[in-house]
Amino acid sequence: MLKKKVVLNFPPHLIDQPVTYKLIQDYGVVVNILRARITPREWGSMVVELGGSPKKLEAAMGFLGELGVGVEPLAREVRWHEERCIHCTACLAPCPTHALGVDRASMTVSFDQERCIACELCLRVCPYLAIEILFD
Amino acid sequence: MASFQVNKTYQEINEKIKKGQAVVVTAEEIIDLVRRKGEVAAAKSVDVVTTGTFSPMCSSGAFLNFGHAKPPIKAAKVWLNNVPAYAGLAAVDVYLGVTEPSADDPLNKVYPGEFKYGGGHVIQDLVAGKAVHLVAEAYGTDCYPNKRLERDITLKQMVNAILCNPRNCYQNYNVAVNLSNRTIYTYMGPLRPRAGNANFCTSGQLSPLFNDPYYRTIGIGTRIFLGGGVGYVVFPGTQHNPGKPRSKNGIPLGPAGTLMVMGDLKQMSPRHLVGVSLLGYGCSLTVGLGVPIPMLNEEIAHFCAISDEELLAPIVDYGHDYPAGTGRVLGQVSYAQLKKGKMTLEGQEVTCVPLSSLVRAREVAQLLKEWIAAGKFLLGEPVELLPLGDKGRGVPTAGRDS
Repeated sequence: MLKKKVVLNFPPHLIDQPVTYKLIQDYGVVVNILRARITPREWGSMVVELGGSPKKLEAAMGFLGELGVGVEPLAREVRWHEERCIHCTACLAPCPTHALGVDRASMTVSFDQERCIACELCLRVCPYLAIEILFD
Repeated sequence: MASFQVNKTYQEINEKIKKGQAVVVTAEEIIDLVRRKGEVAAAKSVDVVTTGTFSPMCSSGAFLNFGHAKPPIKAAKVWLNNVPAYAGLAAVDVYLGVTEPSADDPLNKVYPGEFKYGGGHVIQDLVAGKAVHLVAEAYGTDCYPNKRLERDITLKQMVNAILCNPRNCYQNYNVAVNLSNRTIYTYMGPLRPRAGNANFCTSGQLSPLFNDPYYRTIGIGTRIFLGGGVGYVVFPGTQHNPGKPRSKNGIPLGPAGTLMVMGDLKQMSPRHLVGVSLLGYGCSLTVGLGVPIPMLNEEIAHFCAISDEELLAPIVDYGHDYPAGTGRVLGQVSYAQLKKGKMTLEGQEVTCVPLSSLVRAREVAQLLKEWIAAGKFLLGEPVELLPLGDKGRGVPTAGRDS
């Protein structure tokens, strides 16, 4: 199964449409919602991980495109600057996915890019400004 | 006067250090040694125990003398990289405090403020060898006619640069939680509502004043590791409060003793003096500090061997109790538990994270151990130990020990 992290941008008129339901039901893709911000009469945005065969994913992308949903690759990437990190572990408390972790024996902090959903909660918590968000 | 089976003097230990024969272990290593061999044998075999801490220490700063300009200036207002320094001293002396934010910092106007650059960052930039922009203004006098000076200056170019921290190295500290219903931003980091997280701030069994709880060896003149260089304990720190309640093993149950420390900034390193931005709170400086404990007798071995399991920290609510100054303590938790990353507070599991770095605290203790073992660092015998009684104590701080 292929997995793809994308940002879906919903124009205001699509907010009341069951787009996610259709993706799952009609196109048979796995939709894992990582982050969502949907407000009536505004552009909505959702960070999702889509999973399925390449064929199914292609069909799903086609459906989203026709509907007018903007599809972008997850352009935001969180960068952990190891050289600035002093391993205080303050970032661990807010991290919802354990992308930021610690080895308890040595108390060394590590960052797992794969688990990061770019929620940005760690960014301002870091007293050493060692975590940065990068835009493509 | 207690009589001991082991009796060593500073002079004897220093002689061994000079010959490269001193046995030095860290405050983590001594625990196991005492457990295996006993206090007397450990005291006989070990000469020095090294400690370490690496934490934001807000009561820090540096005296800088930036040298005379031509014509000379009696600086009245001074900025370094746009961070104001106190200039109410002689002509070109200033004191740069680490919590001073940039002159144009929006502070908490956009809450919570980010405090990206301040005095602590200037100090880190200086020790990193970077040039900082100096602006000095003066009203002009007959002897100091210059009214304005503007130049880039490095640490090397300064006449003197002395790190002088009035209150460092707290002996024990609060575990901060927030029982209110909104996220708060404190010097202990952001605290999520309803005890969403607990932040603590000492290196536990490695922390200097936990290893000498009654100040038997630490006092004015103690030579220490400070910011990557050599420093000294110069006085009891501000708010030094040895009278705090102690548990049976002698360890204070809350913030008690503190150190005022000083050292030549020019020898220090950006790895051990790091600028800090605490969201919604302000700027600060994280200081690497290590104190060597001379193994004068078996009592010292006894105290050095007290481990995280027996060191208790008070849990304090920063949502209400701390700002209101109630002094209420929610409970005690051991550093062993805190270092596991989770504790239980009234039946609820709470994630605990330290604001101090154990990785770097270990590095400090290790470096100090290497310096002493290599004969490069001698012990300073205090001319006066830190006060243990309540004599000379000022007003109580009602639980406000920041």
